[in-house]
Amino acid sequence: MTTGESETKTSSETKTPVENEENETSKDAMSTTTPVRAPEDTTADAPGAPAEHGRVGGGVFDPKQLWKSLPDACRKLDPRVMAKSPVMFVVEIGSVLTTVMAIAKPGDWFGWAITAWLWLTVVFANLAEAVAEGRGKAQADTLRKAKTNTVARRLTSDVEEQVPGTELRIGDLVVCEAGDTIPGDGDVVEGVASVDESAITGESAPVIRESGGDRCAVTGGTKVLSDRIVIKITTKPGETFIDRMINLVEGAARQKTPNEIALNILLASLTIVFLLAVVTLQPFAIYAKAEQSMIVLIALLVCLIPTTIGALLSAIGIAGMDRLVQRNVLAMSGRAVEAAGDVSTLLLDKTGTITYGNRQAAEFLPVHGITAAEVADAAQLSSLADETPEGRSVVVLAKEKFGLRERHEGELAHAEWVPFTAQTRMSGVDIEEDGIARKVRKGATGSVVAWVKEHGGSVPEDVQRLTDEISQAGGTPLLVAVEDVHGARVLGVIHLKDVVKHGMRERFDELRRMGIKTVMITGDNPLTAAAIAEEAGVDDFLAEATPEDKMALIKREQAGGKLVAMTGDGTNDAPALAQADVGVAMNTGTSAAKEAGNMVDLDSNPTKLIEIVEIGKQLLITRGALTTFSIANDVAKYFAIIPAMFAVAYPGLNKLNIMALHSPQSAILSAIIFNALIIIALVPLALRGVQYRPMSADKMLRRNLAIYGVGGLIAPFIGIKLIDMIITLIPGIG
Amino acid sequence: MPIAAGAVGSMSPICADVLQVTALIVALALVYRPFGDYMAAVFASPKHLRVERWIYKAIGADPDAQMRWTAYLRGVLAFSAVSVLFLYLLQRVQNHLPGSLGFSAVSPAQAFNTAMSFVTNTNWQSYSGETTMGHVVQTGGLAVQNFVSAAVGIAVAIALVRGFARSRTGDLGNFWADLVRCVVRILLPGSFIAAIVLVACGAIQDFGTWHHLTTLAGDQQAMPVGGVASQEAIKEFGTNGGGYFNANSAHPFENPNAFTNFFEIFLILVIPFSLTRTFGTMVGSVKQGYAILAAMGIIWLIFVIFMSWSEFAHPGAALHAAGGAMEGKEQRFGVGSSSLFATSTTLTSTGAVNSFHSSFSAFGGGIALLGIMLGEIAPGGTGSGLYGMLIMAIIAVFIAGLMVGHTPEYLDKKIGSREIKFAASYILITPALVLIFTAIAMALPTPIHSAANPGPHGFSEVLYAYTSAANNNGSAFAGLNANTDWFNTTIGICMALGRFLPMVFVLALAGSLAEQQPVPATAGTLRTEKPLFAGLLVGTVLIVTALTFFPALALGPLAEGLS
Repeated sequence: MTTGESETKTSSETKTPVENEENETSKDAMSTTTPVRAPEDTTADAPGAPAEHGRVGGGVFDPKQLWKSLPDACRKLDPRVMAKSPVMFVVEIGSVLTTVMAIAKPGDWFGWAITAWLWLTVVFANLAEAVAEGRGKAQADTLRKAKTNTVARRLTSDVEEQVPGTELRIGDLVVCEAGDTIPGDGDVVEGVASVDESAITGESAPVIRESGGDRCAVTGGTKVLSDRIVIKITTKPGETFIDRMINLVEGAARQKTPNEIALNILLASLTIVFLLAVVTLQPFAIYAKAEQSMIVLIALLVCLIPTTIGALLSAIGIAGMDRLVQRNVLAMSGRAVEAAGDVSTLLLDKTGTITYGNRQAAEFLPVHGITAAEVADAAQLSSLADETPEGRSVVVLAKEKFGLRERHEGELAHAEWVPFTAQTRMSGVDIEEDGIARKVRKGATGSVVAWVKEHGGSVPEDVQRLTDEISQAGGTPLLVAVEDVHGARVLGVIHLKDVVKHGMRERFDELRRMGIKTVMITGDNPLTAAAIAEEAGVDDFLAEATPEDKMALIKREQAGGKLVAMTGDGTNDAPALAQADVGVAMNTGTSAAKEAGNMVDLDSNPTKLIEIVEIGKQLLITRGALTTFSIANDVAKYFAIIPAMFAVAYPGLNKLNIMALHSPQSAILSAIIFNALIIIALVPLALRGVQYRPMSADKMLRRNLAIYGVGGLIAPFIGIKLIDMIITLIPGIG
Repeated sequence: MPIAAGAVGSMSPICADVLQVTALIVALALVYRPFGDYMAAVFASPKHLRVERWIYKAIGADPDAQMRWTAYLRGVLAFSAVSVLFLYLLQRVQNHLPGSLGFSAVSPAQAFNTAMSFVTNTNWQSYSGETTMGHVVQTGGLAVQNFVSAAVGIAVAIALVRGFARSRTGDLGNFWADLVRCVVRILLPGSFIAAIVLVACGAIQDFGTWHHLTTLAGDQQAMPVGGVASQEAIKEFGTNGGGYFNANSAHPFENPNAFTNFFEIFLILVIPFSLTRTFGTMVGSVKQGYAILAAMGIIWLIFVIFMSWSEFAHPGAALHAAGGAMEGKEQRFGVGSSSLFATSTTLTSTGAVNSFHSSFSAFGGGIALLGIMLGEIAPGGTGSGLYGMLIMAIIAVFIAGLMVGHTPEYLDKKIGSREIKFAASYILITPALVLIFTAIAMALPTPIHSAANPGPHGFSEVLYAYTSAANNNGSAFAGLNANTDWFNTTIGICMALGRFLPMVFVLALAGSLAEQQPVPATAGTLRTEKPLFAGLLVGTVLIVTALTFFPALALGPLAEGLS
């Protein structure tokens, strides 16, 4: 299997840039266990630089793949396989007929040449499909390695026994300890462990899996790195996530999608029309005393029927799925990918998708008579003992805005640290500098006000105004107070807010231009939600959202005929994931969520929903563009073949030979060769997908019509002429 | 008179032609809105007129019952079957009927052909009206069909429009109500006014017996009579085309002068074009109607220009002296008016002629032929033009819709595999009928003997006959003797299949669309009311037709014209 190996290599090569970029995002997703996250390292996954990445791109096409897929392409010549594509099946039948006729008349070089090129047309079509499938096969091979026969340690009434993984049934309890490979999909019911899921996600950093909650799902084929867990099996062997993944990437489970079926119907009817046009031509030709040979008629037919799109249609579908796989998204059905292109409402979780997911200090607001720098200094001091994300962010902001170097706990002598606790809701420090005692506190408004009053201080009037303003803007105010020689008093307010990721507004503007409405889902109160929605530029928001609210929203949108996409990971998201037209479950989520969604994002990056939509659109555009191209091509082929067929009977028709093709034979042969070569020439486009940028439907149509419609009219005139010029150089033809 | 002739003479024929086309467009534009909206109101109105109630009672129909597409189709087919039977019998017993003018019963094959022809709104005539049909058959049979066959077409189109306009229901309206209203409220009053105009301008309306005159030279001449003006009015208004006389609209009693010629062209085009307004109003966006109108209008104009050009520019000294290809054209109308009429009659399903298409230049004949091959959609027959163009719009939306990255939608309805199945079947039918029947006729030894000319022109005659029949046009290339058992029968079958099979798919499509829930348009949806889409639609229509018929056209008009 040299083929398989080298393909694996190619595949991993093509994946590298994606992986690099996704590594960052995966870390973010992983960091849910340790929610501390500095703002810097999240910029990578923010869609702030849409021009460089984030745009739908495709795997690089390597011409070598064509050669390697050749055996597969030939295997696909089996009529039972070919019959699935009506257009190419007609070409295959045509090839068989011309072969028979060429054998009957072995001296006719023209018959042999046409026969050879017809067969090549069929092989090229199969090659396109084989190449598309080949990429998936490489991925499947990697997955199979993870699936090697595992031995499960089954627990039956507290007695452990060794059974093969394939014998596990739903509901069985198995034990896994450090070093064990998890034998099947299930939920952790006991214990906590770190698990290496790289076999599936490609991400080497381990994740934590624990019983209860939303992090209990484990996947068969992944490896326990530490501790011991008891797993309750939730899927039958052979239907596990990894099995489904293998089927999906291999294309074994591929079914034609609704739109593909519709397009196939249209192509079949066009094929019938052209079949009629060619079959009925013979009586007309006989009347005109220009009876045509069967070979010429078959050549005409093959040129006219939409072979280009017929040959590439399934490759486009497979490549679309593959583009998702390259982004570490598994679509459970092609239907879901197609639906993604049609989505008109995106439900986006605020946390992790729109915002960085935790409140961060954004501003220091001094009360009257105090400078912001003083507030910053006090705030920083009082936050050094605060290890919560909010506390860290205060230190970071003070450094960014006022250049205040972070001081470490050991640096300050005689410092007595007051760590943040949920009870006191304050943190701070009591220090003595040059014999002067100074107490600094930072915390929730109520607590700090109480502390100041307790120490005999007063609260300035403008504190109330400042905190109100912050609350109204959706932020959280923290007061900073100090007690020193001047007594206890409030210095100012820290404005904590949920920071919207960089570039989100631009992204949402783009989506709006594409006709997609974005709805932010958040558990925040309506005030906070409105402020963040405003800042991020989403079209709508759902505040204080419960799973029921989410479900109701989806149903409401769907009742209006809209297609809805959402992401989710919790068990309580499962009904909504199932209801949504595109439900992307996070791989870190529960098995219920993964079961309910029709896609799984292995990187657990909710922002990817936007990319999924783009891939769905690109898939449809590629189909439409190549269909247009294919039909537009026919015009030139007529101008090549009709004069070649009938100029003998009606010399006037030679005026239609506007390409001035050399001879009737060379004209027909050139058309057939062009028809075959254009398939190969378009394979990279079919696999990569046509270039896609978010823009209005009108603009996009104008652009694609110009390229694929007008281009499709003109290109074959040039192509056929060139081929004609080349083949006339061959002795015996020219 | 000499002054007037001099005045006309000072204007070049081409200039006169341009003015005439402009006047025609202005006239059509003036009635477009009021007439289109009136038709929309007719089909939307909940009220029944008293005379309509009588008709419903007489035929035992409940005009308020909503029909699913299958019931609607049953109504169409049952009504048409009864019509065919009735018309066939009427012709077969003609000699026993009063006012038969002494004509004998029509032969079975010709009676079958004529019955099919008038019920399918084709009005192909393998007979000469003035020497075959008496008053009862002409007025009680053929003229009645002129009304109801046109109304059936409009009813089917309205059902399709309702399919777009309605949601989450299978109901497409009531066939009987649509049929009766269309006749009573649109076709009858319209034809009445049109007939009066025609009579005023010199068309005859006379139910007596033939007049026998002695000419100045002393010869005996028989002058035919009949309810010509009334039939002429609905012949054009309902895009029927079956002439009272063999010479059709070239006959001075049917089409006396340049104004009636202009008026008849107006009548031919007014319903098909105005229906796009009806469509726009009914689907709640007149702009969508404008887009369809624009596509129809552009194709019509392109054809008018090419036709006129090819007739005016026809080479040759004699033709040059005559100012164009005058063979087979009436001196009263000249090249311009004849080209305009020929284009309008072949781009609708009318088939009335004021000149002989066979005598047009090879390209001119080819353009007439291609016009019919487009499938009667620019603007097409009454009703059939609209539904034909909407089907093409669905095909165009499907391909173009994909190119904007969306599952294709038209008028807020998804174009999925079911819709494409019906639309693709629709566009298959007429090409299949034309090509298969022509191929069989050409393969058999005898049919070609009917052709008056050898070579490509003879082939064009046969091709034209089946193209005309399958698309329910009814015009003849002339030169072909179609009154043989072979042509009477096959053309009869061709007309029936070409009319009713497409209707099956149109209604099935309408049913499927009506069941859908609408998908709201977003910025990502293809805008089908924009000029870009109208242009795309024109391109789709021309390319799909041209690709289908290019080989056949190459061996007919192209081979002749390029030689």
